[in-house]
Amino acid sequence: MKLGYYPGCTLKTKAANLEVAAMAALDHLGVEYKELSRWNCCGAVFSLADDDLIHQVAPVRNLIRAAQQGCDTVVTICSQCYNTLARANKMVRENEEKRDTLNRFMDEEPDYSGEVEVVHYLSLLRDEIGWEKLRETVTKPLEGLRVAPFYGCTLVRPEEVAIDAVDQEIFEGFITALGADPASFSAARECCGSYQMLAHPEEGMNRAAKVIAAANRSAADALILSCPMCEYNLGTRQANVVEFHEGLDQVPTFYFTQLLGVALGLDPELCRLDLNGPAAQELLIDKKFIATAAV
Amino acid sequence: MASIPSPIHPENLKAVNKIAEISGQNVHECMQCGTCSAVCPMVESMGFTTRLGILYLQFGEIEPVLKAQIGEFCASCHTCVVQCPRGIDVARVFEAVRQYVLRTNTDLIKPQEIPKDTMAEAPQIAFVSTFRKLTS
Repeated sequence: MKLGYYPGCTLKTKAANLEVAAMAALDHLGVEYKELSRWNCCGAVFSLADDDLIHQVAPVRNLIRAAQQGCDTVVTICSQCYNTLARANKMVRENEEKRDTLNRFMDEEPDYSGEVEVVHYLSLLRDEIGWEKLRETVTKPLEGLRVAPFYGCTLVRPEEVAIDAVDQEIFEGFITALGADPASFSAARECCGSYQMLAHPEEGMNRAAKVIAAANRSAADALILSCPMCEYNLGTRQANVVEFHEGLDQVPTFYFTQLLGVALGLDPELCRLDLNGPAAQELLIDKKFIATAAV
Repeated sequence: MASIPSPIHPENLKAVNKIAEISGQNVHECMQCGTCSAVCPMVESMGFTTRLGILYLQFGEIEPVLKAQIGEFCASCHTCVVQCPRGIDVARVFEAVRQYVLRTNTDLIKPQEIPKDTMAEAPQIAFVSTFRKLTS
């Protein structure tokens, strides 16, 4: 496998805490990859209009870049990038007419017909490393940490690009491999409030409140995420959400890659916990998984 | 022989045909079971349920669906899509409803009204998603 890494816009800025530990973990686990040297925005949302082909240009162009750079597989960490690239790839593979139109439109690029495979980081861990080997590599098992996994929408829907069948619980396998306990969490596959948080903040916060209420009911110590949009709605905005909805308790949020970094015993600075707010760091210090708070 | 008058006004017929064209979905396959509304995370914010939205479209009525803001509040989470027993891609139907408005050069949000602190702290994908979905 020749593995390319597609970062996407947000991981290079606001969600550095999703990226840095993830890449350090791949090096630590001995997975060879190269970051794509040229890429553009994935489009963030897959276009659902049948006659709107122009919005498929951005994701497909990224896949062409990966092919040009000799990759047969592209890994993403952001759930939205995964969904957009995987769906565009599927469309190119299955719809000859659209593929042909796109190739003719991008006549400066080599033709592309879906040669590259798009995978999410969690799938890569499970399929290339395996939970058993990951468990053996863990040097700081997160014992006694009850973690609620938040899949959200784009990792698991629509079914044709789902990283996992509902009953296989890839996130739960990941949490267990790190030595933590997965919390049974009723809102795991629900919407976080998505872009409604910008367009209609009150409705977005009401949605996020339901997810946080479910996390509270599951008695989770922490909520883990793989999407910067989910992190914004459930993490960054959480204090706001809790303030305006009675009966909610705050729950620290992490990107799943940060807990991976901590459990593998990577330099805590690589986990960029400084971007998570004090509650997240205090929890890890309290549980003795890290020694001191990052600044 | 006198022709049977169509229950759908010609202007409305044009609109619902456009919805069918953009979405690639046949709303007449819907049997009104309401599963889409039962699983919809945003249904409380809409003027009425997604089930009723599809019923209006079956009768060629698009105006009430626009007024209920179903297209605006649909977050494309695809929960209804995986649950629909008739295999209708409901997210595509309401994407088409949204596009029907956007393609008249009408924005469904005003980007300039997003508060400054939100602009500073929200991630890029939140902006790209919002503008892709709700501006023309």
